Amino acid sequence: MAYVPLADQELELHHPHSWVTKYVWSQDHKVIAIQYGGTAIAVGLVALVLSLLMRMQLGFPETFDLIDPNSYYQSVTMHGMIMVIYLLTALFLGGFGNYLIPLMCGARDMVFPFMNMLSYWVYLVSVIILMASFFVGGGPTGAGWTLYPPQTSLAGTPGHDMGIVLMLISLAVFIVAFTMGGLNYVVTVLQYRCRGLTMMRLPLSIWGIFVATVLGLFAFPALLVAAIMMLFDTLLGTSFFMPAVIESGTALDYEGGSPILFQHLFWFFGHPEVYIVALPAFGLVSDVLSTHARKNIFGYRMMVWAIIVIGLLSFIVWAHHMYVSGMHPYFGFFFATTTLIIAVPTALKVYNWVLTLWEGDLRMNAPMYFAIGFIFTFIHGGLTGLFLGNVVIDLPLSDTYFVVAHFHMVMGVSPVLVLFAALYHWFPKMSGRMYHEGMAKLHFWCTFLGTYAIYLPMHYLGIHGVPRRYYALGTTEFMVPATQDANTAITIAALFVGASQLLFFINIFWSLRSGKKADPNPWGANTLEWQTPETPPIHGNWGDKLPTVYRWAYDYSVPGAHEDFIPQNTPESEEPTVDAEHFDPDHDTSKADL
Amino acid sequence: MKSLKHLADKPWERKGIIGGLRPEGAFDTAPAKVALGFFLIVATIIFSLFTISYFIRMELPDWRPLGEPGQLWLNTGLLALGSVVFQLARNKVGRGENRNVFALFLAGGLCTLAFIVGQIMVWSDLMAGGVYLAPNPAASFFYLLTGVHIAHLLGGLWVWSMTSIRLASGKEPKDVRLSIETCTLYWHFLLVVWLVLFAILSNT
Repeated sequence: MAYVPLADQELELHHPHSWVTKYVWSQDHKVIAIQYGGTAIAVGLVALVLSLLMRMQLGFPETFDLIDPNSYYQSVTMHGMIMVIYLLTALFLGGFGNYLIPLMCGARDMVFPFMNMLSYWVYLVSVIILMASFFVGGGPTGAGWTLYPPQTSLAGTPGHDMGIVLMLISLAVFIVAFTMGGLNYVVTVLQYRCRGLTMMRLPLSIWGIFVATVLGLFAFPALLVAAIMMLFDTLLGTSFFMPAVIESGTALDYEGGSPILFQHLFWFFGHPEVYIVALPAFGLVSDVLSTHARKNIFGYRMMVWAIIVIGLLSFIVWAHHMYVSGMHPYFGFFFATTTLIIAVPTALKVYNWVLTLWEGDLRMNAPMYFAIGFIFTFIHGGLTGLFLGNVVIDLPLSDTYFVVAHFHMVMGVSPVLVLFAALYHWFPKMSGRMYHEGMAKLHFWCTFLGTYAIYLPMHYLGIHGVPRRYYALGTTEFMVPATQDANTAITIAALFVGASQLLFFINIFWSLRSGKKADPNPWGANTLEWQTPETPPIHGNWGDKLPTVYRWAYDYSVPGAHEDFIPQNTPESEEPTVDAEHFDPDHDTSKADL
Repeated sequence: MKSLKHLADKPWERKGIIGGLRPEGAFDTAPAKVALGFFLIVATIIFSLFTISYFIRMELPDWRPLGEPGQLWLNTGLLALGSVVFQLARNKVGRGENRNVFALFLAGGLCTLAFIVGQIMVWSDLMAGGVYLAPNPAASFFYLLTGVHIAHLLGGLWVWSMTSIRLASGKEPKDVRLSIETCTLYWHFLLVVWLVLFAILSNT
C-alpha cells in the first residue's frame, strides 16, 4: 500500500507565531492563495487601465492626448502579457490552486509549504521587475505580447533597450516561481489526497487545476528557452533569432538567426497557455454549475477525460498561430486538423454543462449567473475559433479585429466570468461573510452585456477588414464609413464595463466588514472545503483528524435522501434518508449518466 | 501508480472507503521523489528544446562548426566520477551503513565543482583562442548549452551543500537518506544530459 507518512502528522505544519509569519512570510496555503490573488488582481487592474487608454485613443482619435503611437504599442504589449500570464495564470493556479487543492483533497497544506511560500515571493519579484519597466528609459517594450524578433530589438520599437530586457527577465523569474508552485500543486494532488479520495472522486475543479499545472510545467520551458536565447541576442549580440538586419541604413552585427524558430518556441508555450487558463476555468465552472443546479455533473468521467485529452492535444496545435508566417501546406493541413479535433472534447464539455442544467433545481444566485454567462461567451468564442483554425479563413482574418474579438471572448471574457463565479462562490468560505447578492447580480449584467457590446461589433469590424494593431485608422478608403462609429460605441461600452468592475470591489470590501455572517456550507455543497470545522478554515484546515471520503463530489438530489446534497465525507451508514412514501420519483434529477 | 487504476471507475456507483487504512498517494514513494521526477521531465524539455533549436539553427548558412577542446573528455570523466561516488554513498546508506557515507557524498560534490571549474577553463581557453560568444552561432550554442548545464548543477550543489552541512553538524546519514537519494538521481540525470550534449557538440 502506498501511504503518505506526512499527511496525518501535526509536526510537519509550520505554525505561525507572529503577525509577520501569519500574514507576510506565511506558509499557509490559504494565505499564500490570497497573496497570489491580491497581487494578480492588482496587476490586472493596471492592464485594465491600459486597455481603456487604448480604447480612448481608438474611440476618440485626436480628441484626447493620453497616449502617442509608442505608448499605444507599449499598452498593447503590457496589457496582453499581464492579462494572460500575470493575472489569469497566477490567479487560477496560484490563487485558486493554492486555496482549493489542499482543502478539496482533504490535506492540511501543500506538500512543500516553504517552497510554496517562496513561489509567491518570487512571483511578486517578477511582477515588480515587469512594473519597473514603466519607469526605465524608453519605457516598457512595445513589441506586442508575442515579442517577435527581429522587431523586438530594433530601434523603431519602443522599449527596445531596457524594456524588452526587463520583460524577458520578468518572464524567466515568473517561470521559476510557477515551477516551484506547480510542483507543489501536482505532487499535493497525487500524493496528499485524504483517505478514500481516489483520483476519480476528485472534484472537477481539482482535475482542471491539476492538468493545467502539468501543462504549465511542460509548456513554460519553451518560453524560458526562448527568453534566454532572446536575452543573449539582445544583451550579448548573439544571433539565435536575429537575422542580418539593416537598420536606418546601417547593417547591424546580427547574422543568420531564425525569427521563425522563436515563433515556434513561443507558440509551443503559447497555445498550451490558452488551456493553462481555460482548464481551471472548465473545472471551477463545472463545480459551480453542479452545486447551484443541485444536480450531479453530467458525464463526470467524460469531463475528466476531456480535460486530459484537451491537455494532450494542446501541445500539437501551436502552429495554427503561425499560418501567416508561412509553412508547408501539409503542415498547415496537419495543424488545422488537430485544431479542429480539439473542438470535439471541448464541445462535449459544453454539452455536459448544458445537460447538467437540464431539469436541475436551479438556484439563480450570482455565481450561477456568471457560470451560465460563461457558457454563452465560451460557445461564442469557441465557434469563431473554428473559423480561425482553418488556414484559408485565417489568412484574411488574421490581422483584423476578428482575431481580437475571438481571443477576448474565448480566453479573456470567458475565464474572467468563471473567476467572478468562483470568487463569489468561495467568498463565504474564504472570508466567513456573505457578499451582497443584488450588487453581485448588477455586476454580472453590467459585465456580461457590456462585454458583448464591446466584442460583438469587433467581429463585424474584422470581417470588414479593419486591421488590428493600428494606433489610428485615419480615413482609409477600404473601410466602411461606420467603422469609426462602431469604434466609438465599443469604447463607451469598454469604459462602462471597466467602471462597473468597481461594483465587485465595493461589494467585496463592504461584505468583508458588514456582510452577513456565512454558514459553513451556505450553498449546500458536497466538496470537502465546505466541511471544515471552522469558517474560514484555520491553519491545518481539519482540526484533529483528517476527513475520510466515502463518495464522489456530486451526490446532489439523490433519490430518497433527506437533503438534496450528501457531502463527500458522509459514510453510507449515516446517509440521511426519508421514507419511501415521501420520495417523488418525478422530481428525481439525480440520474448519473455515462 | 496503484491508485491510477481507478481512472476507469464510475465514481457515482461505488460508495464507501476505497483503499486502505491510511491516505494513499498515486506513487508508492516520498513526495520529494515525485516532485524530482516532474522536475526531471521539465529539465528534459528545457534541454530538448535547446537541442532542437541547435539543430534548426545549424541548418542555416552562417554555421561554422567548432572544434571542441580535448579537455572536455577530462571534465566528462570528473562528472562521471561524481555520479559514481554519489551512487556509492547511496548504496551504503541504503544498506544502513554509516561509514564513509559523508566522505563519499562530499567527494561527489567536489568532483562536480572540479567539473565546473574545468568547463570554465574550457571557456577561457576558447576565448583565448579567439572563439567568442557572438560571432559564430556554433560557439554561441556551445557557451549557452554548457552554461545552462552548469546552472542545473549549481542548483544540485545547493541541495548538496545543505545536506553536507547537516551531515557535518552531526546528523546521521539515515536522517538525510532522502536528500542523498534525490541528489544521486539528479546527478545521474545531469550526467546523461551532459553525455548527450557532448556527443552532439562534438559531432556537429
